[in-house]
Amino acid sequence: MQKKIGLYICKGCGIGDVINTEKIANIAKNALRVPVVAVSDILCSNEGVELIKKDIAEQGVNSIVIAGCSPRVKTYEFSFPGCFVERVPLRELAVWTIEADDEKQLAAEDYVKLGVVKAQKGEVPEPYIIDINKTILVVGGGISGMTAALEAAKSGYDVVLVEKEAELGGFARKLYKRVPTDDYSKGVLADVNLDSIINEVTSNPKIKVYTSSKIERIDGQPGDFDVTIAKNGSTETIKIGAIIQATGWKPYDPKKLTKKYGYGKFKDVVTNFEFEEIAKKYNGVIKRPSDEKKVKSVLFIQCAGQRDPEHLPYCSAMCCVTSLKQARYVTDGNPDASAIIIYKDMRTPGKLEYYYKEAQNTPGVMLAKGEVTGIREEYDKLIVTVKDSLFGEQQVEIETEMVVLATGMVPTTKEPLDYLIGLAEAAAKGDEEKAKYIEKTKKPEFILNLGYRQGPELPFLEGGFGFVDSNFICFQYETRRTGIYAIGPVRQPMNMTEAQEDARGAALKAIQCIEHVAKGIAVHPRAWDTSFPEPNLTKCTACKRCTEECPFGAIDEDEKGIPFYKPNRCRRCGTCMGACPERIVSFKDYSVDMLGTMMKSVSVPSEDDRPRIIVLCCENDAFPAIETAALNRLKLDPAVRFIQMRCLGSMNLVWIADALSRGVDGMLLLGCKFGENYQCHFAKGSELAKYRLGKVQETLDRLQLEADRVQMYEVAIDEYWRIPQIINEFMDKIRQIGPNPFKGF
Amino acid sequence: MHHNGSSRILVIGGGFSGLTAAVEAAETGSEVIIVERNPYLGGRVAQLNKYFPKICPPLCGLEINYRRIKVNPQVKFYTMAQVESISGAPGDYNVKIKINPRYVNENCTACNACAEVCPAERDNDFNFGLNKTKAIYLPFEQSFPLIYVIDRQACPKDCPAPCVEACKYNAIDLNMQSKTVEVKVDSIVVATGWKPYDAAKIENLGFGKVKNVITNMMFERLASKNGPTGGQILRPSDGKPVEKIAFVQCAGSRDENHLPFCSYICCLASLKHILYLKEQNPDAEAYIYYIDIRTPGRYEKFFNQVKDQGGVNLIKGKVAAIEQDSESDDVIVTVEDMINMQKIKQKVDMVVLATGMQPEGLEFKVPGIQYAIEGFVIDSDGIYAAGCAKSPMDVAGCGKDSTGAALKAIQIGIRR
Ligand SMILES: Cc1cc2nc3c(=O)[nH]c(=O)nc-3n(C[C@H](O)[C@H](O)[C@H](O)COP(=O)(O)OP(=O)(O)OC[C@H]3O[C@@H](n4cnc5c(N)ncnc54)[C@H](O)[C@@H]3O)c2cc1C
Ligand code: SF4
Ligand code: SF4
Ligand code: SF4
Ligand code: SF4
Repeated sequence: MQKKIGLYICKGCGIGDVINTEKIANIAKNALRVPVVAVSDILCSNEGVELIKKDIAEQGVNSIVIAGCSPRVKTYEFSFPGCFVERVPLRELAVWTIEADDEKQLAAEDYVKLGVVKAQKGEVPEPYIIDINKTILVVGGGISGMTAALEAAKSGYDVVLVEKEAELGGFARKLYKRVPTDDYSKGVLADVNLDSIINEVTSNPKIKVYTSSKIERIDGQPGDFDVTIAKNGSTETIKIGAIIQATGWKPYDPKKLTKKYGYGKFKDVVTNFEFEEIAKKYNGVIKRPSDEKKVKSVLFIQCAGQRDPEHLPYCSAMCCVTSLKQARYVTDGNPDASAIIIYKDMRTPGKLEYYYKEAQNTPGVMLAKGEVTGIREEYDKLIVTVKDSLFGEQQVEIETEMVVLATGMVPTTKEPLDYLIGLAEAAAKGDEEKAKYIEKTKKPEFILNLGYRQGPELPFLEGGFGFVDSNFICFQYETRRTGIYAIGPVRQPMNMTEAQEDARGAALKAIQCIEHVAKGIAVHPRAWDTSFPEPNLTKCTACKRCTEECPFGAIDEDEKGIPFYKPNRCRRCGTCMGACPERIVSFKDYSVDMLGTMMKSVSVPSEDDRPRIIVLCCENDAFPAIETAALNRLKLDPAVRFIQMRCLGSMNLVWIADALSRGVDGMLLLGCKFGENYQCHFAKGSELAKYRLGKVQETLDRLQLEADRVQMYEVAIDEYWRIPQIINEFMDKIRQIGPNPFKGF
Repeated sequence: MHHNGSSRILVIGGGFSGLTAAVEAAETGSEVIIVERNPYLGGRVAQLNKYFPKICPPLCGLEINYRRIKVNPQVKFYTMAQVESISGAPGDYNVKIKINPRYVNENCTACNACAEVCPAERDNDFNFGLNKTKAIYLPFEQSFPLIYVIDRQACPKDCPAPCVEACKYNAIDLNMQSKTVEVKVDSIVVATGWKPYDAAKIENLGFGKVKNVITNMMFERLASKNGPTGGQILRPSDGKPVEKIAFVQCAGSRDENHLPFCSYICCLASLKHILYLKEQNPDAEAYIYYIDIRTPGRYEKFFNQVKDQGGVNLIKGKVAAIEQDSESDDVIVTVEDMINMQKIKQKVDMVVLATGMQPEGLEFKVPGIQYAIEGFVIDSDGIYAAGCAKSPMDVAGCGKDSTGAALKAIQIGIRR
């Protein structure tokens, strides 16, 4: 279809009062050769919108540039399905934020030019659609994995469930009783009912179960994963649509607690895990290991290793409740038995408080804040010393027949991730170190065995103790491997009820991913986007920058280093486009050429005292902050021209070189916060922009320009008040450096 | 009814949980209708300055969700709306929605001309009455939809209505009437959330009687750049910068006479508040009076991060009384220290009550929905609670809970 651009300029909201819209219309018609140009008093009014619709119908306009307000308002009015629509926020960027009338006009002219260029260069993308498989793979057959499988099946999807052990059930197999899900009025110890859940899974015709099986390899992309499952020495490769990892946790190694709590030294010091096995073995009767005598007194030590920098620095979230439950194993039906729980803080948040209340009201259960300082054995008793407790500041001694250490959970991902982190660190020091590391380090069992260029497992959470990413607060399921969702204690410590809820959400995400891929639409955060990166590989030099930098590991490569883009793994951030020094990666509606041409269209005043600055900003956070600054009528230096990016990660250094060699005085980059607490919606985008910027010096040296002409700031969406400050600070610097010597060339 | 494997879902409440349930369901192929009582979407988190533990702005996530809604024709929303009645059965509910007049229509361009001429003021409920807005106002700068609203109660009887004249876009209609629409849905997600527990009900903590005793939500507003003090943490009575501050944990929570449950987030919120204050005044001295510090899971790291700042005093103890200092606007807190077994009197500039989250359903029940005594929503076939309407939880918890609720709601449509 022939492209036909229509430019519609609004005079409303005070635009017409200060901007000569006729002049802009003429520039568009004559200099920019826009075939259809119209000026409207109020474009968002019925008449205005009808005018556009009429041009679409009668004139075949299919690429629409609306010069008026920002898309923060009037989104519905200005939505024209099937057309390329570009909104040029004259109101915000020219009228509201710039003080002088002539500067307002100049800015408006520039921004309209940019919008027209975008429309000239952009196409409505055709989605990438391949034949897909809609089966969901669940790795791990514990309670969370089984819940995920059942929920997906209930929603009409086929499921393959792979469990390493011979039987399903995971940790729940070891449980004597569980904490009821919500309501404790019918008792505080509920049956686990594992068999009925297992039954439901194995008898469901939509669920295929592989026990004693492992994932040998996963290749491909969402909708089209090739998963190789190994069972009894043979392998089978199947097609899968999306993946849920529910491999759970392991108890913390109690042998590390010998010095602190005498585990291994005293037979009757056991872990909460072992205590559960004892209760199960004797069907609720508690017999201690040393002499198999039924005990009447048990002391529980909370945070046995957790919340301790030498062991597990985090809280395990489930062990307080577990001990409250296990205390009832001791006291229920035994009026003369006693259970003492020594805790740092009793952590029963939310409605679990009721569970705590129940325990407080139970005869025989005693709860006390305190710190355990030692354990010793006297005859057949254990003596536990406690200080700083509710028994008083002084140290007290408590006699008990048995001690339970409330130990914590370690995610099953920790071992592989530790190994991979070590490997990456060694590799960074050179091939020799890497070889040494591989030789001397025991390779743990991997879980997913992804055949991805960026590594075999889900990426780890920075500073996250072996849990996997991501660290988004608002988007819990968004990992950095599209179509692979982690649930349960591989994400963070949680109890069984929480893990089951987690599983349900992940089942939805897996289904959603499959349905989006079927239509060729991206998943979060650009969950409407049908564009995808299209590299022109004939010019690829196999530099591997894109394969290394893609935050989502979407690009594999062959032995020669030539990249293979897997569009369904891609989140459309454009980082690859920014990374490529050959400028060969582009999207239909977003490309190096498009943004480069836009930058070239920005006017550069020839006067030395009229600087020009281009601000590249993230459209998700920095730009809304700028829009909000405008809404608050904060004034900005008229030298700036803002250009929005999908993510700052798509910033290509060539733009900087081009712009500066045209006489632009400075480039300011506004991206999201990065580092451990990153806010970047593409996890690594802004960080990569910063990294790339580290290399801009070369370019600047070549042009003999000052390094300070290019700077990056981290801006959050609510920091609209910082926008003028940042710009002023930057302008001061630019004015100090003086005009760009390329001006006027 | 079966709609090609997808459902029609009603989401009651457009806070963080409701928005999550709505976009996740819509992006999975369902049609969703959101009913929100406020003039904007986003709920309580829109009033928070930052989230623990990352100290990142709530609007960052909200913005993405707003955008997902804007571009998705499967999502429809009504603001200033309430459910009037629900009838029918799973797979075939008939819901009446009452839409209250906003007095400003979609023509609004958010130009602010009306507010400039409006003569009347009202207490700003978004800022808990700590400042005022005009009678015609925008709830906050990044509110969605970005449309003004009129608080008709605040309009003087004989007002000549200069706003109508000032608006060039015919956006103001002072005669707008409420209207009722009827929709048919397969299933319902209830995400009506919470409201701050009324601190005045806790006799001994002095709220409303002693100067400079505020709630944690008011503190969020004080620390926000778009709040009543432009983000400066100043005490209300005299605008003095805060040097010494006390936090009273479990204010109303874990108490049979008030809220029997633990509100989950208030320990973390107070720790976060210390960071807000320390950023402005690194030498500030903070006292936290608590029963247990509840920072479960990975949140422990955040607890340590705050604890490691100087001047953070954690005292396990019960606050017996909060009184006005006789000579100044300072506040005197009397505490029974439970470890050292002694009574402490601490003079501070300001006291923050870590009040809990009372489920919306305690005082206001949506007709046709079942509730537990404490006001939490009880699930039934076809009707599912999400987020704080179900149980107190943090935003991360709301996210996963609401995604799960969305799936349950979708399954109803598939079953039929
Ligand atoms: C001081 C404080 C600080 C906090 N800080 C954090 C933090 O840093 N990080 C964090 O994770 N959590 C924090 N929280 C918790 C967080 O606020 C909640 O988890 C979150 O608001 C829950 O979202 P929700 O959507 O479930 O409820 P809400 O935000 O309450 O949303 C409910 C929505 O439903 C609407 N509604 C209610 N009733 C009806 C009805 N009948 N009809 C139509 N609509 C209705 C309401 O107007 C509202 O928009 C904090 C809480 C407090 C008190
Ligand atoms: S849940 Fe309780 S016992 Fe477990 S680590 Fe946390 S505070 Fe300690
Ligand atoms: S657009 Fe982003 S996610 Fe997609 S391939 Fe490029 S870098 Fe990777
Ligand atoms: S109601 Fe009218 S005057 Fe008020 S902000 Fe909206 S468009 Fe402007
Ligand atoms: S989170 Fe902390 S302050 Fe809030 S109710 Fe629970 S224990 Fe009390």
